[in-house]
Amino acid sequence: MPVYFPREIIHAANGLAIGILGGGDKKLIIKGDAYYQSYICHMPRSIIELALDKHFEGFDGFIFPSICDVIRNLSGMFQLMEIGKFVKYLDFPQNFMPHIGGTFYRHELQTVLDQVYKLNGVEVTAQKLNHSIGLFNLNRQLICKLYDIRQEFPWRLTAADVYHIVRAGYVIPVEEHNEILEEVIRHMQQEFGDPLDKIRVLVIGAFCEQPPAGLIKTIELAGCYIVEDDFLLGARWIQGDIDTAGSDPLGAITQAYLDMSTFSSSVYDVGNPKEARLLQLIRQRKIDGVIFAAPSFCDPALLDHPILQKECNDKGIRFASFLYSENTGQFKVIKEQVGTFSDSIKLWD
Amino acid sequence: MSKEVAKERSMIIQKEMITRQFKELSMAGETGKKVVYTFVPGNISELILSFDMLPVYPEINALQSGMRKKSGGYIRDAEQHGHSEDVCTYVKCDVGMMLSGNIGPTGEKIPKPDLLLLSYTGCFTFMKWFETLERLYPGVPVAMLHTPYQEAHKITPEMTAYMVKQLKEEVIPKMEKVSGNKYDEEKLKSILRNSSKVEDYIVKIFDTTKHRPSPIDAYFAGVYYIGPINSGFRGTPQAVDYYAELYKEILERIDNKLGPITPEGVMEEERFRLVVEGPPNWTHFREFWKLFYDMGAVIVASSYTKVGGVYDMGFRVNPDKPLESLAEYCMNCYTNLNLQQRVDLLSKCITDYHADGFLVNSIKSCNSFSAGQLMIMQKLERKLEIPIGFIESDLVDPRYFSYSNIKNRLESFFQMLEQRKMMNIQS
Repeated sequence: MPVYFPREIIHAANGLAIGILGGGDKKLIIKGDAYYQSYICHMPRSIIELALDKHFEGFDGFIFPSICDVIRNLSGMFQLMEIGKFVKYLDFPQNFMPHIGGTFYRHELQTVLDQVYKLNGVEVTAQKLNHSIGLFNLNRQLICKLYDIRQEFPWRLTAADVYHIVRAGYVIPVEEHNEILEEVIRHMQQEFGDPLDKIRVLVIGAFCEQPPAGLIKTIELAGCYIVEDDFLLGARWIQGDIDTAGSDPLGAITQAYLDMSTFSSSVYDVGNPKEARLLQLIRQRKIDGVIFAAPSFCDPALLDHPILQKECNDKGIRFASFLYSENTGQFKVIKEQVGTFSDSIKLWD
Repeated sequence: MSKEVAKERSMIIQKEMITRQFKELSMAGETGKKVVYTFVPGNISELILSFDMLPVYPEINALQSGMRKKSGGYIRDAEQHGHSEDVCTYVKCDVGMMLSGNIGPTGEKIPKPDLLLLSYTGCFTFMKWFETLERLYPGVPVAMLHTPYQEAHKITPEMTAYMVKQLKEEVIPKMEKVSGNKYDEEKLKSILRNSSKVEDYIVKIFDTTKHRPSPIDAYFAGVYYIGPINSGFRGTPQAVDYYAELYKEILERIDNKLGPITPEGVMEEERFRLVVEGPPNWTHFREFWKLFYDMGAVIVASSYTKVGGVYDMGFRVNPDKPLESLAEYCMNCYTNLNLQQRVDLLSKCITDYHADGFLVNSIKSCNSFSAGQLMIMQKLERKLEIPIGFIESDLVDPRYFSYSNIKNRLESFFQMLEQRKMMNIQS
């Protein structure tokens, strides 16, 4: 499940961690609506629909990282429905001291490993885990490289293409994904295409329930290049490499979460304010404007918006804002809104 | 609706306690007492009181604003300041109240916080709420106390250790700095001894609904009964006295075979006994209660009265292990229980208190309660074959209270209960 999970530990245990990101705009929701009231976001109802339609038959366990109350209670629903051989709600610490939050988090990860061990009997050695960490370090480096190239030459590959390439990594082995990324990067490093007269935007708010691909395309068709975003945030969650040479790789993964996490609506930010980190990103990516796109009824994202928007206002950064759900099918209004936003920046700034 | 509200002595005592509390708060600037904002679930008020600081509960202020018909305006103000229509209305009400001068329910100004104690227990939005307040009160320190969720149906030693370390190294040092007082464990223990007595009373009081007629309503009146323990009096001698008096009154009612006191008067005939899941609506509280009164429906147990602590499964604070005990108290709050535990607890209430039906008041603003409620209903219906009802409203947003909708649904539910009774008699 979104947003972040250290997939390295499952890889080291000879497992494959699959990211479940909802049913998107392809899955018709019939039964899922009977499990959720109308004022609850869309993603959990599509996940329930997928479960009831037996799309998860081959899965052994389900891990629900702490994001919000809805995902927390979805873990309870999976427990009540007895889906999979184990269901684990992974409580990420909101205390970032190594001997407090770190100790707790490490124990949480060990609990996951113990569950996997019960299923396949594979012992996770330091050597195996260091190897897996190395593969995921490379994966993040390649994704970051992809984003770097795209922010410099956004006409070479669309944001929707980048999105699909990164998302593929949620369902295939990391070794295979790394090969694909390397090939794409080789391709993107060649000069082709011509820049269009578009503004450079950062899209934020989509950290959990993913926007439909049509919405990403719509933003770019309406006069914007998306050069930074928080789609599929888990793939880039750890900002840098995790140590692969030590004798305590689980400790290294724990420490990386405490020290090297990106910012997100699901993480307590006092002491490390998200608005400052957003500004840093805006400067780094040379952003012309910010698009706040959040799923309807998403408390974490929507409660962040007034804080982030105030900062944008104070710093004179232009922004637009709208809501979506993973199965939004009509983009005309959004296209007009984003088009107007893009025009206003191009014409007046 | 204009009839004068009937009141018992305990109600008058509670009103006096709250009036004094808000008076003391309004004078904090002169007395120099430090003010701590915190939440009801996982409210470690004993620790706050042990430092001679004054607690303020933004949720209580929000619900009071709802009852006093002020929340609608506050919510609109917050929305004008960029808050979405989709998010928790407690947060928006609190932000709106602050923008309007932070005037409390008694008409006196509530002082600014000296410390924001983020007891992050059973509700993710609490964290976002205090991130918002931190920006509205720049420079005020925030002490985070992360309460792990009971995902595996139990409290593990690692969970307790995590919380105790946070108390020792995050919360207490900040309280010492803000208050200027050193942590006094003996003082905390003595406060906790009173808490333990109050917890005993709470269990006895809510257990009286086993009687027929039930002498109390465990939802509408229940929210008043849990008032003192959840609003700054936990561990105080006043709370012990209040609960002793309340329990005495209830025992008298049992002796006299009297039903619950309601704002409309004593309920004369108990027709239906219900267990209710979910918080009440505060903006139309009296009208909401009257819908049940008119039908002779008494709530014999409710999950909402356990939101500030679950005591009927045996938990009591242990003064000999003060910090461990505070940690376990937090982890035992209702919304920190997983769905299976909630089903089990509700099932026990339905069985123990001989409920005729189970009703969910699904609150738009509260995902912690609401997400999963439809599955809880399904499980209880299958397990106990009990009639289930479902209504929707909101905490403090008057736009989401539709009287006629709720009335229609309740009437259908009561008809179903009536039919079930007839069928039971016939069989």
